Amino acid sequence: MSDVQAQSGQMLAADGTPLKASLARALRRQKLRALMLIAPLLLFVVITFIAPIADMLFRSVENSIVPETLPKTVIALADWSPESGEAPGEEVFAALHADMLVAAAAKVHTKVGQRLNYETPGISSLFRKSGRRVKRMEEGNYKEQFIKIDDGWGELAVWETIQRYSGNYTSGYFLASVDAELGSDGVQMKPEDEQIYLFLLGRTLFLSVVITVSCILLGYPIGFLLANLPLRTSNLLLILVLLPFWTSLLVRTSSWIVLLQQQGVVNDVLVTIGILSDDNRLELMYNQAGTIIAMTHILLPFMILPLYSVMKTIPPSYVRAAKSLGATDWTAFWRVYFPNTIPGIGAGAVLTFILSIGYYITPELVGGTSGIFISNRIAYHISSSLNWGLAAALGVGLLALILVFYWLYDRIVGIDNVKLG
Amino acid sequence: MSALPPYASAGQKAWYYGFRTICALIFVFLILPILVIIPLSFNASDFFTFTKEMLALDPSGYSLKHYNDFFTNSDWQGALANSLRIAPAATLLSTMLGTLAAIGLSQSHVPFRGAIMAVLISPMIVPLIISAAGMYFFYSRIGMQGTYLGVVMAHAVLGTPFVIITVTATLVGFDKSLVRAAASMGANPVTTFFRVQMPLILPGVISGGLFAFITSFDEVVVVLFVGSASQKTLPWQMFTGLREQISPTILAVATVLVTISILLLTTLELLRRRSERLRGLSPG
Repeated sequence: MSDVQAQSGQMLAADGTPLKASLARALRRQKLRALMLIAPLLLFVVITFIAPIADMLFRSVENSIVPETLPKTVIALADWSPESGEAPGEEVFAALHADMLVAAAAKVHTKVGQRLNYETPGISSLFRKSGRRVKRMEEGNYKEQFIKIDDGWGELAVWETIQRYSGNYTSGYFLASVDAELGSDGVQMKPEDEQIYLFLLGRTLFLSVVITVSCILLGYPIGFLLANLPLRTSNLLLILVLLPFWTSLLVRTSSWIVLLQQQGVVNDVLVTIGILSDDNRLELMYNQAGTIIAMTHILLPFMILPLYSVMKTIPPSYVRAAKSLGATDWTAFWRVYFPNTIPGIGAGAVLTFILSIGYYITPELVGGTSGIFISNRIAYHISSSLNWGLAAALGVGLLALILVFYWLYDRIVGIDNVKLG
Repeated sequence: MSALPPYASAGQKAWYYGFRTICALIFVFLILPILVIIPLSFNASDFFTFTKEMLALDPSGYSLKHYNDFFTNSDWQGALANSLRIAPAATLLSTMLGTLAAIGLSQSHVPFRGAIMAVLISPMIVPLIISAAGMYFFYSRIGMQGTYLGVVMAHAVLGTPFVIITVTATLVGFDKSLVRAAASMGANPVTTFFRVQMPLILPGVISGGLFAFITSFDEVVVVLFVGSASQKTLPWQMFTGLREQISPTILAVATVLVTISILLLTTLELLRRRSERLRGLSPG
């Protein structure tokens, strides 16, 4: 046997091929089969989910509407500099006239106006007005004719904006999403009274922390109780945790509206027992209190379940050992039991926090104006103000933030330990 | 914790009962908001609170008129029909694709398993508002925004991570020699899958499917953006109802949905027990 091996230098499989090659082929086939099983879903997720996210990334920097709608103007404007102190010359206006004729015929001039209006308010009406009249313009002397339509065309700021946002890509949306703008001397913060996003982000994070902490405070005793009761009782009580978990989000939100509104159940009860008089009913909804109460209730199961699963695995002998060594109840809990539950607190807290900063429905319905999150602003820009670029930039920012926390979650708990129910 | 020893001091007794009271209050906080809407949905008046007649248990304070409204109003019925058209299709799609992928992922040699898993699980991690925004942009680019197919695909992709997680969990206890035994007796891979593997992992597949179903059935953010008025689902109708004209019919709908959740929860629990018994993880 050893002679054969020594002669050929390798072992052979039954069919005469080298064993190594044969094994490698089998392994390759196995890998291929696994990939074939995964491929349909992978393809599906890439098309229906990853591509949309990529599209959002793209939209948050995309600016092709300006160079595509005003191609000649952009080229002619390249030589102009705002330091010259006056509006560009006749050749730029001639290019603008040519571009506007095409754009007005295709009815896209209002879109480019709207795009530039995000950067310098007022440009939108400039484009709308000029688009209507550009067809009736006489040849030559375009600068005078444009300025006659609207003085705005003679302003430096307007041309500066067009020049600054003439590239295919822009950082403008990202800057806007952190309350900054591209000024004449580089990146600068917007005026105090126009800053909202950093404030809103701060509020989102602050409220999420408050909600997470309330969840820890309410979830910890429940986890402790469930882990220390006999299995039959704890399974029964676990249903009380799982039922809210399984109930539709809108059902829970509507029941909080029923409970918290001024003529609602909580206020009625308080008035009936005489704690409140009928004319100072508490305002529990359409403010931050509403968001905090409703979201704590909604996210509480996500805190209790990981806490419970960690506490269940702590052997009761630890605490007994501590007590037999002379520890008081409190010391045994604080020095022995509690440190063992920290992984559970970490897992639950990160999970609750991640879920909380991305919430939309509940803040929208019970948050009023003071209790809304950054996600409500994203929804507003998509469906009401139609500033999709800014919505995309805010979304990308929020996503980046969540991925950082998710990475933390992976470090603490591990992605494979995600459990349901 | 489980029982108070007879030698407990007064302080320990106070703590024991105090702690249980706190826990009871937290349980009330958890469950009361869900239970309170059930009696309110039988309210005979159009208020969102208990009337005097209801508190006096006067039969005239109760009525089925909100349920009647739910079952006759064309808005609500249309929304219910849409939900029932979208959710099963999305469930079917995500259960089929998810089960196949979970079987693939549980093979012993999968290249790039970590990266693939991250991509497949990502719809569960990304906040719904961001998924909704991205899908709205992309689906309107390819002309699928506001179509039935678009909503079904969006809901299906949101449901797949749940299917993967539950089916993978079932496969952990799956004895691979059963597949080899079937193959050695001449069964081809398809027969082996349907006759040997499938019956054993079926509880996991069904509970994954239920997760996918409830994901789609309860989902509102994505359908709000990806759908159009003709795909208005039940949660969407509730959302507009809560935001614009608060009508007590919502409470009737909510009660129906709570009943559905209780049924689903029971089914899942039974399936979990069956699966554990099949895999021999727990006796009886």
